[in-house]
Amino acid sequence: MYAYDELDRTLINERVSEFRDQVKRRLSGELTEDEFKMLRLQNGVYLQLHAYMFRVAIPYGTLSSRQLRALARVARRYDRGYGHFTTRQNIQYNWIKLSELPDALADLAEVGIHAMQTSGNNMRNVTSDQWAGVAPGEVEDPRIWSEILRQHTTLHPEFSFLPRKFKIAITASEHDRAAIKVHDIGLRLHKNADGETGFEVLVGGGLGRTPFIAKTIKPFVHGRDILSYVEAILRVYNQYGRRDNIYKARIKILVHELGIEKFAKEVDEEWKQMGHSALTLDHSVIEEVRSRFSYPVYEKLPHMPDELKQAAHDPLFERWRKNSVAPHKVQGYSIVTLSLKPVGGPPGDATADQMDAVADLADKYSFGEIRVGHEQNLVLPHVAKRDLPQLWKALDRIGLATPNVNLVTDIIACPGLDYCSLANARSIPIAQELTRRFANHDTAEMIGRLHINISGCINACGHHHVGHIGILGVEKNGEEFYQITIGGRADENAQMGALIGPAVPYAEVADVIEDIVEAYLALRDRPEELFVDTVKRLGVEPFKERVYATR
Amino acid sequence: MPLVKNGRITTDLFVQIADGAELPGDGAILVPAARFLEDPEAMLRRAGKLGVIWPNNRNLDDLVPYLDRLAAVALVFPSFRDGRAYSQARLLRERHGYDGELRATGQVLRDQFVFMSRAGFDAFEVKKDADADAFAETVKRYSVFYQPTGDGRVTALNRRMQLRHSESAGQ
Amino acid sequence: MTSPLQQKIKITGPSMVTANRTSDGIVIYRTAQQGWSASLSDAAIVRTSDEARALLNEANADDVVAVGAYIAPVELKDGGEIKPGNLRERIRSKGLTIDLLPA
Repeated sequence: MYAYDELDRTLINERVSEFRDQVKRRLSGELTEDEFKMLRLQNGVYLQLHAYMFRVAIPYGTLSSRQLRALARVARRYDRGYGHFTTRQNIQYNWIKLSELPDALADLAEVGIHAMQTSGNNMRNVTSDQWAGVAPGEVEDPRIWSEILRQHTTLHPEFSFLPRKFKIAITASEHDRAAIKVHDIGLRLHKNADGETGFEVLVGGGLGRTPFIAKTIKPFVHGRDILSYVEAILRVYNQYGRRDNIYKARIKILVHELGIEKFAKEVDEEWKQMGHSALTLDHSVIEEVRSRFSYPVYEKLPHMPDELKQAAHDPLFERWRKNSVAPHKVQGYSIVTLSLKPVGGPPGDATADQMDAVADLADKYSFGEIRVGHEQNLVLPHVAKRDLPQLWKALDRIGLATPNVNLVTDIIACPGLDYCSLANARSIPIAQELTRRFANHDTAEMIGRLHINISGCINACGHHHVGHIGILGVEKNGEEFYQITIGGRADENAQMGALIGPAVPYAEVADVIEDIVEAYLALRDRPEELFVDTVKRLGVEPFKERVYATR
Repeated sequence: MPLVKNGRITTDLFVQIADGAELPGDGAILVPAARFLEDPEAMLRRAGKLGVIWPNNRNLDDLVPYLDRLAAVALVFPSFRDGRAYSQARLLRERHGYDGELRATGQVLRDQFVFMSRAGFDAFEVKKDADADAFAETVKRYSVFYQPTGDGRVTALNRRMQLRHSESAGQ
Repeated sequence: MTSPLQQKIKITGPSMVTANRTSDGIVIYRTAQQGWSASLSDAAIVRTSDEARALLNEANADDVVAVGAYIAPVELKDGGEIKPGNLRERIRSKGLTIDLLPA
């Protein structure tokens, strides 16, 4: 955990008072909506269909139990008793009143939580691997660097009015859980031949209307230079990014239009001119930030405790363990994923009671720490293996032990037309119906790893392009239709999915997905071949034939 | 439109020259970039202070050779959403060492004062009277800054390092 | 379901003007009495593009109370009852179409 000091706390409090003043000026009419809109967006406040939506940052996905309780309290006191975890390590409240927002922010500030730059044309919440610091084989904890970047990007005096939003993600593991290739800047931490820490820097990835996989702009930037290099990229983007057309304003379009070589040259020139600057991070500065991360004092525990051996006789426990429990870098410990995708539930939602209960379980079993991942699930990152059976029982009681992590019902979905003013079609009821269709866990396990991602419009908050199966809501003559893509993925082999045929109406989506899954089961060359690999091997055609033959 | 300078509302000593208008024989003037670049030397020879209004989509290279002879540079915010002039301001101050008046013009609103000050602006043509009145109070809103810029404010990181240093020295 | 930003002022049937209330964001409808109501049944109904434009301009002039006013279609039932004219407006007037808890 990163411990905020007096300076971090002061800044958050100063931001709360500033926003309180801005809300007051808006409610009195001193600010027009046109002027206020940018100010509220810079603090995560959107206006949706039914109410204001409030997006709160969970930097690099790390929460303390105390912070999670504060999130629960806000859900209860200012909203309708629940919140929605997003794909970028934020939580959203759907029913917040503008007049009460400053108080909600002040409550969150008490535990070091804020909503700065969770929206608007600025540098957004820096995201990272939800297994950071505990994943076996990780190069080093990427959150040290995430925190350095979090501070540097917060209220940046030069880059708070960029052409468009700007998202940075960091990973330090071979398997990318942070989707860095679909970010404006993706940073892959690795070491050079001299054993020094640095980053492969990728730029220009993104989804939305014009999806691009990020390209490598520099294979190795030394850790001490990472702020100046990021600053050089931002400066080039701030000056040359398009401002004439909102759909062409992201850095991915600039990189695409200039070409990566030319763009890289511009960045390099700017970077050279910056030279050795105040942004260069010397060793002591990095160590200062590192020193404020505290790590659990792990016990020396056996690899296979008796409690686990006994519990293995319970097939329901075993099913959950095999699905939701992952190896930890320390022997005797595990990383446990808490599925927020119960059958029939809205993906990523958690009630205030669940949040409180998870906070209690984190205190009891996970050194008071919780993580939030981009798949919209929660994680307890340091669970002793001997505690797994007890934890499982407790999670089951609060509805958070659905053994479907990475399976067909672990669906990523945006809020869609039920909440969102940009949406063309609903997402949540499609997800709910799909979880009912695939509710049988034996079937889901037999199908294996399969990510379904659903977006209610082209803005792609549900990351449909990179779903193994992607579902995109569109509008045709006032009716909801859905385009379906297959073969996308968001990991280190990131790729955009390919369209399988004409859009289908709302009522037929679940049938079509069932057909695609059946086609896969018939086409895979062995049970271990994942859906996405079968698509890669065979292409879209055989799936298309089967799905559209009868339609 | 009130001008805020040195933290106070002041009288604007510069006369802004419209395109094509005749130049006054003396007195401080602010001229558009295109006009200035027609014959910079002649303009600089004129009696009276000279300032240039530099658009936010024009490279600073053409301006840099004259910086030490200019009394003011005015950068433009056509909309408060357009942040290009923040980069120009930092480059003028931090890379090119410009130390004359750096003026923010266009849609200059209260909620940008802190960002603008940090980027190096020291004069503000403020759009609304109420915002100009609130200037002194608004720029004091923040006492903690994460990024090093040319405005000389000590960053959070530096304050922490100093603290560490004094702690270890005291032991 | 078209975003209000993309709407041109050209209506093809009975319409109303709707927005969200600034202080709490709830859905409101422009009334014939130059005010706002949380009830669709109080909405002023317009039938021509000129009327629609006039009602929208009047609504937009009230930037303090209401946010993001736009024109949306309605269906008029025989008894004079006003119903939302598309899915987006049905969701705005009646709420979520989904169960919040797993079922």
